[in-house]
Amino acid sequence: MSAPAIDPVRTPVSTTPARKSAGQRRTTPARFDTALGWSDRPGPAWALRVLLCVLALGVFAAPFLTIFSGSFSEKASGSTLSFLPHHPTLLNFQVAGERGIWDYFGNSLVIAGGGLLLQLAVCTLAAYALARHKFRGQALILTLFMLTMMLPEEVIAIPLSLVLGHVPVVGVDLKGTVWGVILPLGAWGFSVMLLTEFMKDIPAEIEEAARIDGVGELRMLWQVILPLCKPALGVAGVLGFIMIWDQYLLPLIAAKDPTDYTVTVALSILRTDPEVGSGVVLAGAVIALVPSLIVYLLLQRSLVTGIAAGATKG
Amino acid sequence: MTATVTTPGPRRARIISKKAVLPWLFLAPGLLLALVFKFLPMGKGVWLSFFDVRPFLGDKWVGLDNYTRVLTDHRFQDAIGHTLVLGIGMSLGGIVVGSALALLLEGQARSLKFVRTAVFLPVVTATAVVGEMWRLMYYPTSDGLINSGLGLLGLGPVPYLDNPDTALWATMAMGIWMLAPYNMVIILAGLAGVDRSLYEAAAMDGVSLWQRLRHITLPAIRPALGIVLTLAAIRGLRVFTEVYVLTGGGPAGSTDVWMTRAYTLGFTRNDIGGASAASVVLLCVTLLLTVTVNYLRKRGDVR
Repeated sequence: MSAPAIDPVRTPVSTTPARKSAGQRRTTPARFDTALGWSDRPGPAWALRVLLCVLALGVFAAPFLTIFSGSFSEKASGSTLSFLPHHPTLLNFQVAGERGIWDYFGNSLVIAGGGLLLQLAVCTLAAYALARHKFRGQALILTLFMLTMMLPEEVIAIPLSLVLGHVPVVGVDLKGTVWGVILPLGAWGFSVMLLTEFMKDIPAEIEEAARIDGVGELRMLWQVILPLCKPALGVAGVLGFIMIWDQYLLPLIAAKDPTDYTVTVALSILRTDPEVGSGVVLAGAVIALVPSLIVYLLLQRSLVTGIAAGATKG
Repeated sequence: MTATVTTPGPRRARIISKKAVLPWLFLAPGLLLALVFKFLPMGKGVWLSFFDVRPFLGDKWVGLDNYTRVLTDHRFQDAIGHTLVLGIGMSLGGIVVGSALALLLEGQARSLKFVRTAVFLPVVTATAVVGEMWRLMYYPTSDGLINSGLGLLGLGPVPYLDNPDTALWATMAMGIWMLAPYNMVIILAGLAGVDRSLYEAAAMDGVSLWQRLRHITLPAIRPALGIVLTLAAIRGLRVFTEVYVLTGGGPAGSTDVWMTRAYTLGFTRNDIGGASAASVVLLCVTLLLTVTVNYLRKRGDVR
């Protein structure tokens, strides 16, 4: 079930079966299993490792607990953060709601959902052409998609805002609509590369057999190739979602007025509002955090394989 | 999307071979979007960088004026320094902390898996959310979260983001915090590829831990480290959101980086020409760096 093609590292980071199948001997003592030779029996080294793990958790995970507790605290401020809320209340969320946080959240959901769907559709179609067809200029197209990956959004932000205000040829103004954010996210080089690599590894026999049965191009993609690409689609989906949810500059420049903001951008509105305190900002932060948290916890494995695979390709 | 795919009628298919047209139909949506929203803005940016952009009055050709103006502006010159410090510091810090995390958390145990899951959280969190979190953790009085920790160690409260001397370092710390777990995953993948029998053989030869790391582990994860460093360096140059949400470039411009300067110039002061010139400079530097690194890496592979 694991995805061999999207995983040039060969051994996924956290899957025991894969490591076994890679010919690792499980009979060797645990201390030969890690670079530092950690022992799995209690002892001074073991105690040190536990201590360091607690430290790592404290530095990288504990801040999340404090923002959760702060968002439920009656009087949260920078000086009263702790791991447990004092006087638990939903007041902060209520105030954030009055400031329209759910509208911003709605914008975010529409953009994330629509953007992801469009991105997956566009990238799958492109990858299908690149992987399963031979045509002139193939290498050039591949380079073009790779270039989109190298073109940082930040660098084209200023001219992009002009383009969004007046799309050439059609002449429509996308600013202030969700399309202003969704459409620029459509062609993502990373997804195209990932899906292309994966589709290339699907044996030609499967395709030939389907062709003999008279399967057309669209059905070939939809019913033959796509079901085989599920692992890669999972990776592209989860990385795509996180990338879209993290967008900051794009929703900022595509907005006509602050009501068009996504929830992440709207956090700055809450922060600069003199009438609301830190607790409300934290409530907003929690609302902006929860969707990525859910996606991460559900699709953790795809995410980790995806990052490892993407990195080895550069 | 699907509508465009079904357009070639049987007649047209007979004129141009169907097989040649088909891939282009599948590519069309992606190419169109990339063209309109990536390459067109890029071209427009290069074009506008040679103009004095005046709404309603028409653009005026000014040659390289925008470039000289940006490059001689002392705030941009300061920003170059901040960008380099931040980029290099975040890349190196991310590597060091990421490697440490990977070495610490390597292994199959369920508890380690849990710790890895928790430590990875900063990567999936949107930068804007991270910014708000850190802004509160950096609370400048002695009962702020980090300052009270320092208090336990007997150190006085540090005004992190409010002081021009510390704000850049505080931003760097947040950047490392976001980058290190990402690097950890990549380095862990490299560590998983190390041949376990080498560790066993080394133990039999009585090799010290340091030698073992230096001669067995490091060569195996060197490619991973190279990739991590390149990605971080290129990302470091165009750092924007981290700075924008945490400090907005302040206090007193002490954390202003290249892209926040360009943003201010373009959107706050409406100097589109100057902002475009600044973007083009950054684009050229990024491309140059990418090409150089790829060239060096290819040469390294051949050797």
